[in-house]
Amino acid sequence: MSAAAATTPLLAVRGVRAAYGKIEALKGVDIEINRGEIVALIGANGAGKSTLMMTIFGRPRARAGRIEFDGHDITGVPTHEIARLRIAQSPEGRRIFPRMSVAENLQMGADATECSDAEREAGLERVFALFPRLKERIAQRGGTLSGGEQQMLAIGRALMSRPRLLMLDEPSLGLAPLIARQIFDAIRTLNRQDGLTVLIVEQNANHALKLAHRGYVMVNGLITLAGTGAELLQRPEIRAAYLEGGRRG
Amino acid sequence: MDYFAQQLINGLVLGSIYGLIAIGYTMVYGIVGMINFAHGDIFMIGGFIALISFLVLVSLGLTAIPLILLIVLLVSMAITALYGWTIERIAYRPLRHSFRLAPMLSAIGMSFVLTNFSQVSQGARVKPVPPIITGGYTLHEGAQGFAVQLSNIQIMVVLATIVVLALFTWLVSRTRLGRDMRACEQDQTMAALLGVDVDRTISMTFVIGAALAAVAGMMYLLYYGLVDFFMGFVAGIKAFTAAVLGGIGSLPGAMLGGLAIGLIETFWSAYFSVEYKDVAAFSILIVVLIFMPTGLLGRPEVEKV
Repeated sequence: MSAAAATTPLLAVRGVRAAYGKIEALKGVDIEINRGEIVALIGANGAGKSTLMMTIFGRPRARAGRIEFDGHDITGVPTHEIARLRIAQSPEGRRIFPRMSVAENLQMGADATECSDAEREAGLERVFALFPRLKERIAQRGGTLSGGEQQMLAIGRALMSRPRLLMLDEPSLGLAPLIARQIFDAIRTLNRQDGLTVLIVEQNANHALKLAHRGYVMVNGLITLAGTGAELLQRPEIRAAYLEGGRRG
Repeated sequence: MDYFAQQLINGLVLGSIYGLIAIGYTMVYGIVGMINFAHGDIFMIGGFIALISFLVLVSLGLTAIPLILLIVLLVSMAITALYGWTIERIAYRPLRHSFRLAPMLSAIGMSFVLTNFSQVSQGARVKPVPPIITGGYTLHEGAQGFAVQLSNIQIMVVLATIVVLALFTWLVSRTRLGRDMRACEQDQTMAALLGVDVDRTISMTFVIGAALAAVAGMMYLLYYGLVDFFMGFVAGIKAFTAAVLGGIGSLPGAMLGGLAIGLIETFWSAYFSVEYKDVAAFSILIVVLIFMPTGLLGRPEVEKV
C-alpha cells in the first residue's frame, strides 16, 4: 500500500445533501472515517443520522456533494455494487428477513461478497463466537427471534460479508442493558483484534463516545461538532443535550 | 365410484396446468406487488411456440417423438422466457416507481398486444394438431361398462408438472438466485444493501414465471390438441383465481389453488352442468375469500411500521 493510500480516509463524505421528497434531511454533511477507527455519530431523533448511513449506500441518492470510499467516488454507484465493495450495514429497524432462517439470513450476508467455503465457515464461527445465541437459533425463522436476537443477527449478517467498513445504526436500541453491553464489547473486540473500521450511530451517546475513537454530533442535517470521543464527552453542550438531559428525560 | 375416479384424474390433469400458470402470477405478485395480467397471454404464446417448433422439427424430418417433445419443451421455455423478460423490461420496469396502478394498466395493455399480435401473425382460427401422444391404460373395468382410463398424455402432463415443480422448488429454496428472489420479496432495500441486484432478480422472476407458463402451454397443446390466440384470457383468469385461492404470494398455495380450481371445474361439469363450471369455480373462490381472506395458504398482510 502506498503512503497516499494509507493516508486517504477509508470513507469521506464531502458536502453531501440528501432529501426525502421535499424534506431535506442532509444539508451539506462532511465526515471522514480512517482505517481502523471507530467513529460515533450522535444526535437527536430526526437529525439525519440514519439518512446519512443510507445515503452512503445511495438510498436516497446524494443531491449534492461527493462520497468516496477508499479513494474512489461512489456517489452515483448502484446500491448493490456499493455493498460488493464490502461496506456492510446493520440498518435502522434491523431489517432481518423474517421468513428466512437464521442460517439463511447469515448466508445473505456472505453472498454480498465473493467468498470461498472456508472463508464462509470462518465467518460463521466468528459470528457464533460473538453471539452464541445465534447458533442455538440457527434453524429458526428470523421473524420469530426476540428483538435482541434480531439485533445480533443483523450485526452477524453484516459481519458475514467480511466488511472493510461496518456501519451500525443504533445497535443498542430496545435492548436490555446487559445485551447492549455484550454488543458494544463485541464491536470493541472486532476493532482491536481484526482492525475493523466502524461507523456507529447511537442514541446512547455516553456508551458510543466511550467506545469510539472519534465522534461527530449531528443537528438538523448538519455536523455541528467533531472531536475525539473523550473530548466530546467533556463538552458541556453535549452533556446537557445528550447525557444529563437524556437521563432526566 | 369409477366415474368419480375418472373425474378425479381429469381434474388433476387440468389442475396441474392451472397450477403451473398460477405460479407465475403469485411469484410476480410476491416480488413486485403487481398482478401481471399479461401472464395468461404468455401461456398462450408458449402454446404457439410449442406448436411452431413442433411443426418445424417434423418438417425437418425428425421422427423420434421423445426427442421432439424434449426439444419442443426446451425451445418453448427459452423463447417464452425471452418474451417474459422483454415485457418486464419495456412495459413494467419503467413504471416501477410510478403510482401503484400504472404497471397493472400497462400489463392489461400488454395482454391486448400479445393477443392481437398472435391473431395477426398466426391467424384467428383455432390451430388443431393431430394427437402426438396416444394410448393409455384402463385402470378399472366397471360393472356397467364404464372404464377408468388413464391416457399416456395425462401421465405425461402430471409427470412433467411434478418434475418442473421439483426443479422449481429446489431453485427457490436451495440456490443463490432463489434466496435472492425471496430476499427481494421480503425486503428489497435490505436485499440491495446486501449486494443483490434487485432489477436483475426481478427480471429473472419474470423469466422463470414465463418458462413455467410455457410448460403449461405445451401441455395444453398436447392435451387438448389445439391452440388459439384467445386461449390465454380464460386460462389466465382461472390461474389468477387459483393463485388468489391458494393465497397470493404463496408458491405451494398457487399449485394447491390450481389443483382445487381444476377439480372443482371438472367435478361440477361431471355432476351438474358444463355451462356453469366457471360459475362454480368463481363461487368457491368467493366463499373461500369470505372466510379466509388471505386464501388457503396465504399469510395475513402485516402492516410495516
